[in-house]
Amino acid sequence: MAEAQNSPALNSVRAGGPPPVGSTTTGQIAVAAESTVATRMSAPPSFDVADFPVPHGREEEWRFTPLERLRGLHDGTAVATGDGLKVDVQAPEGVIVETVGRDDARIGRAGTPVDRVAAQAYSAFEKAGVVTVPKETVLTEPIRIVVHGEGGVAYGHQVIELGAFAEAVVVIDHTGDAVLAANVDYLLGDGAKLTVVSVQDWDDKAVHVGQHNALIGRDATFKSFVVTFGGDLVRLHPRVAYAGTGGEAELFGLYFTDSGQHQEHRLLVDHNTPHCKSNVAYKGALQGESAHAVWIGDVLIEARAEGTDTYEMNRNLVLTDGARVDSVPNLEIETGEIVGAGHASATGRFDDEQLFYLMARGIPEHEARRLVVRGFFAELVQQIGVEDIEERLIAKIEEELEASVA
Amino acid sequence: MATLEIRDLHVTVEADNATKEILKGVDLTVKQGETHAIMGPNGSGKSTLAYSLAGHPKYTITGGTVTLDGEDVLEMSVDERARAGLFLAMQYPVEVPGVSVSNFLRTSATAVRGEAPKLRTWVKEVKETMERLSMDPSFAERNVNEGFSGGEKKRHEILQLELLKPKVAILDETDSGLDVDALRIVSEGVNRVRESGEVGTLLITHYTRILRYIKPDFVHVFSGGRIVESGGAELADKLENEGYEAYVKGGASA
Repeated sequence: MAEAQNSPALNSVRAGGPPPVGSTTTGQIAVAAESTVATRMSAPPSFDVADFPVPHGREEEWRFTPLERLRGLHDGTAVATGDGLKVDVQAPEGVIVETVGRDDARIGRAGTPVDRVAAQAYSAFEKAGVVTVPKETVLTEPIRIVVHGEGGVAYGHQVIELGAFAEAVVVIDHTGDAVLAANVDYLLGDGAKLTVVSVQDWDDKAVHVGQHNALIGRDATFKSFVVTFGGDLVRLHPRVAYAGTGGEAELFGLYFTDSGQHQEHRLLVDHNTPHCKSNVAYKGALQGESAHAVWIGDVLIEARAEGTDTYEMNRNLVLTDGARVDSVPNLEIETGEIVGAGHASATGRFDDEQLFYLMARGIPEHEARRLVVRGFFAELVQQIGVEDIEERLIAKIEEELEASVA
Repeated sequence: MATLEIRDLHVTVEADNATKEILKGVDLTVKQGETHAIMGPNGSGKSTLAYSLAGHPKYTITGGTVTLDGEDVLEMSVDERARAGLFLAMQYPVEVPGVSVSNFLRTSATAVRGEAPKLRTWVKEVKETMERLSMDPSFAERNVNEGFSGGEKKRHEILQLELLKPKVAILDETDSGLDVDALRIVSEGVNRVRESGEVGTLLITHYTRILRYIKPDFVHVFSGGRIVESGGAELADKLENEGYEAYVKGGASA
């Protein structure tokens, strides 16, 4: 793949002995006593929207986001319209599905809002959904949460809690049109195993902003797929912290950013506990004029988090001219007593030479593009392990490609 | 019998905001079963000829005709040319990340043959062809040309040649950058295809070395964007001894 000018070909740093050195045009390796991940936010985390100034666009955490397309979610002018959103939870037997008030103790335990829109969502939602998989309950069928927008403005909160040694797959499916700010908390008890697939398959006009907090119990495993295809603007903060040693997080993401779309994924893995693992892999394809994908990958290894093993990777495939990628991996290491830490970011073009090569072997142009994009996403799609979702994603990728050929 | 006919071919390329004519009237006929070697110094336009025949968008045809069995090749898109039976083994094969060799070969064979090859016979066919080219089976699972050595890339090109069985094969400096062992393996692959008698071969090379392994029926000297002399295999011996000096001068003054 030809490497694009805005990113390094590959940068990867392994730490373990002496502190790592070096940086790249987009990646940063910081070895600091004070966390830059925390200090470069314009306000400390808070549940109260009033604690965050209205962003003007030059703040570090907002500089890639077109604020005018947030439809007022960031400045308090977006007022909930009541029945703008339908949420349907389909859960197998043994799962407890509740709608609770704001004072429920489970809300907000997994993490605190880190920007104004997440705090706005927290300050504005009226009822929260709570889905509980009791301890030692092992589900064989996924829990499906279908979120369908019907054109209104909505604020929401969803909690998914797994008791100790419970195992579940949760699919959260977003479709339709909405202006939505909603946070999700994932609480994993000791030894629990949770796989979450969050699909953003919105209509073209939708705006969706949210923070996904996972708090991973001792020896628990959290596997997340964030799949973003639709919407005018989607901006998500998948975040992970650990409540005990031995936790593992795998954060996978796929996005297909079309002409005019803004899709932003801002991750944080906070290694706040010793002997935990994390692996981040996000892949995106972009096509069309003004398609804009942003990927921020923050990994923080706190001083107490000895024995941490982490790796993060972002790959982008630019299919046409006019698309833009901002990819910023940021690895911050406060202890050298770790197993490994690395990051990589690369943005490549599907260029005319690749197309010529495939076509020179008799493969028609649209087939050549399909081959490349399917191959690019295949390794991530195959890890989902939920067959109907895998098939749907592949079909969706094909559909996006067909749209581009037409 | 398949015949590739090139008549008075003129080709330009855009470089530094200027249009430069690279091919200045190429005439050549390649018939099924024949092997033509095109030899010439660097910059004489040999590779431009190869890429123009395959339809690379960088080159503009400004005059002349190319037909394959009477069909107008220049009217065809790149993939149509391949399906019509033209094959270009490239000097610098392109990396295609995310696409495995096995997936690529099967997709290509399906396109060229007009139907998907039967899985069982296909797997056997690929495996045996790879064995003959001394390619490790793990090769099939790697991404197309990604991280391949120079020799691996060329073997991969010849693997495609053997599987796609074109009417006319253009080999663009397939010998460059190969050590003697790799050159022998690659040449044997080309010879297997030639021995079928069903392919016309256009062997583009800078060196006479490959002609020890692949015996041409005709040798053409290429200089200044056209063929300046044609002869039999003995012409290669003359080039081996005397080099291109005589032709380069002639080309420059023309």
